[in-house]
Amino acid sequence: MNKLFVPLAVVAAAMFVYAPFMILAAPYESTMGLVQKIFYFHAPIGMTMFMSAFVCGIGSAIFLFTRRPGADRVAVAAAELTAILGIIVLVTGPLWARKAWGVWWEWDARLTSSLVLWLIFEAYLLLRRYGGPGSDRLAAGVAIFGMANVPFVYWSVNVWRTMHPKTSVVPTLLPGMRGPFWFCFLAFTIFYVLTLHLRTRLEKRRAELEAVYLATEE
Amino acid sequence: MTFVRAVWLITRKDLLIEARSKEILLTTLFFSVSCVLVFAFGFVREGRAVENAAAGILWIAIAFSGTLALGRAFERERQSETLRALMIAPIPRPALYLGKLLGIVLLLAAVEAIVVPLVSLMFQAPLFAYPWLTVGLLATGTIGFAAVGTMFAAMLVRARSRDVLLPVLLYPITIPVIIAGVRGTAALLQAEVDLPMARLWLSMLVFFDVVFVTLALWTFEPVMTE
Amino acid sequence: MIPKTTVACVALLLVLLWPGGPALAQQQPPPAQPSAAQEGFVPVDQLPKPQDTMPAARLVAIAYAFVWVMLFGYVVSIWRRLSSVERELESVSRRIGSGGRTP
Repeated sequence: MNKLFVPLAVVAAAMFVYAPFMILAAPYESTMGLVQKIFYFHAPIGMTMFMSAFVCGIGSAIFLFTRRPGADRVAVAAAELTAILGIIVLVTGPLWARKAWGVWWEWDARLTSSLVLWLIFEAYLLLRRYGGPGSDRLAAGVAIFGMANVPFVYWSVNVWRTMHPKTSVVPTLLPGMRGPFWFCFLAFTIFYVLTLHLRTRLEKRRAELEAVYLATEE
Repeated sequence: MTFVRAVWLITRKDLLIEARSKEILLTTLFFSVSCVLVFAFGFVREGRAVENAAAGILWIAIAFSGTLALGRAFERERQSETLRALMIAPIPRPALYLGKLLGIVLLLAAVEAIVVPLVSLMFQAPLFAYPWLTVGLLATGTIGFAAVGTMFAAMLVRARSRDVLLPVLLYPITIPVIIAGVRGTAALLQAEVDLPMARLWLSMLVFFDVVFVTLALWTFEPVMTE
Repeated sequence: MIPKTTVACVALLLVLLWPGGPALAQQQPPPAQPSAAQEGFVPVDQLPKPQDTMPAARLVAIAYAFVWVMLFGYVVSIWRRLSSVERELESVSRRIGSGGRTP
C-alpha cells in the first residue's frame, strides 16, 4: 500500500481537478436543471458512506471475534470517515432538495434512514471517546448493529413511496450522465481508500506511542 | 441444566427481586404517565389531541421509560456485582442475555398494560378496536427495543459515562423500531383504518426483532468477555 | 473572564434599547409625495414578496464548496495529527536510545 500511495494520490488529485469539467459538460436533467449537478458529488459520496459503514462493521466483527488490533484500527478510521462523509451527504442533499423539492428536509424513508445511520456512527465515536477502558469492544458491538442498518437504508427507498430518487436511477443513467457519475465515484473511492489508509496509520502510530510510554514506565 | 431452564432461572431471579421491591416497576410506570402528560400538553389544541398524536406519544413514552428501566435494572446488577457472578456462572452467555431480555420485556409489558389504556382514554384513540394487531405491534416493538437495549445496557455496565451513553447509543439504532411501531399504531387509529398497512409494519417489526435478537445473541459473548 | 461591570453595562444597554427599536421603526415620517421634477420614490404599503427559492447556481456552488472544504479539511486534520504523533514517537525513541530514562 505504501508504494501505491503517492501514485494513487496523484491520480485522485488529477481526477478531482478534471471532474468539474466533466460535470459541466454533462447534459442538464429535464425537470431539475442546473441544481441536479449536485448529484455527481452527492450520490457517489452517499455510496462511499455506505461502503464505509460496511468497512467499519466488518472490521468491528473481525476485531470482536479475533481480537486483532489492526481490525479495530481500521474500524475506528472507517467510523470517522463515515461520519465525515455523512455530514457531506446530509448537507449537499438539502441544498439540492431546496431547489428540486422546495423544502430543505423531508421526513421520508431514505433521508431519515441516512440521518439515523450517521447518528449511529457518531454514537460510535462518542462511545470510543468517553466510554473509558474496554470501549473498543463495546463500540465494535455498536458498529455491527450499525452495519445491519445499511441495507435497510438502501432498499427503504424502494419499499416505501418516497420523494427521493429511486435506486433504479443510477443503473439507467444516460451516457452523458453516466460518464461523470462513475468518474466521480471512482475518484471518491480512491480518495476513500487513501484517507482510510492514512487514518489507520494514525491509529497505529498512536498505539505504538502508547506502547512505548508503557514500556518506559518501569 | 438446559438452556431454557437457565433462561428461566435468570428471568425468575429478576422478577422475584422486582416483585419484592417493585422499585423499577413503579418508578417506570410513574415516569411513563408523566411522559404522556407532558407530551399531551404539547400536542393538544382546544381540548382535542392533534391527529396521530396518540400513536407517537405512546411509543415515545415506551422508548423513554424503557431506557430508564434498562438503566435501573443494570445499575442494580452493577451495585451488587451480580453481573460478574452471572458471567462466571456455568451457563451459556446467550442464556444470560435472553434471561435478562425476558425480564425487561415482562416489566415493560406490565407498564404498557397501564399506559396503553390510559392513552386510549386521554386521547380518545380506539386502540382496542383491533386488539390482536395492537398487542402484536406493542409486543414486537417492545421486544425489538428491549433486545437492543439489553445488549447495550449490559455492555455499558462497566463503562464510564454509562448513564448518558445508553440513550446516545440506543435511540439511533432503535429508531426504525419506533418508526414502525408508531406508523403501525397510527394506521390503526386513522379515521379509515388501514389494516394492510398495519400488517405490513407488523411484519417489519417481526423482521427487526429477528435481526436484532440474532445479532445480539451472536455478539453478546465476545463483547462482554474481558 | 469578562469583568462583571462590562457584562452589567452591556445588559443595561440591551434592556434600554430593546423597546426603543420597534418604537423607532413605528415613528418613521410618512413618505413624501414625489414632486413633478423628481422621478420619484413611489411609496408602497407592503414590501414585495421575497423570492421563494435561492437561485440554483448558488446552491450548486455552495454544495461543491462545502464538499471541497470538508474533504480537504479532514485530510489536513489527519495529516496534522499524524505528524504530531510521529514527532512525539521520534522524540521518545531518541530519549530512550540515549539513556533509557522514563519521560
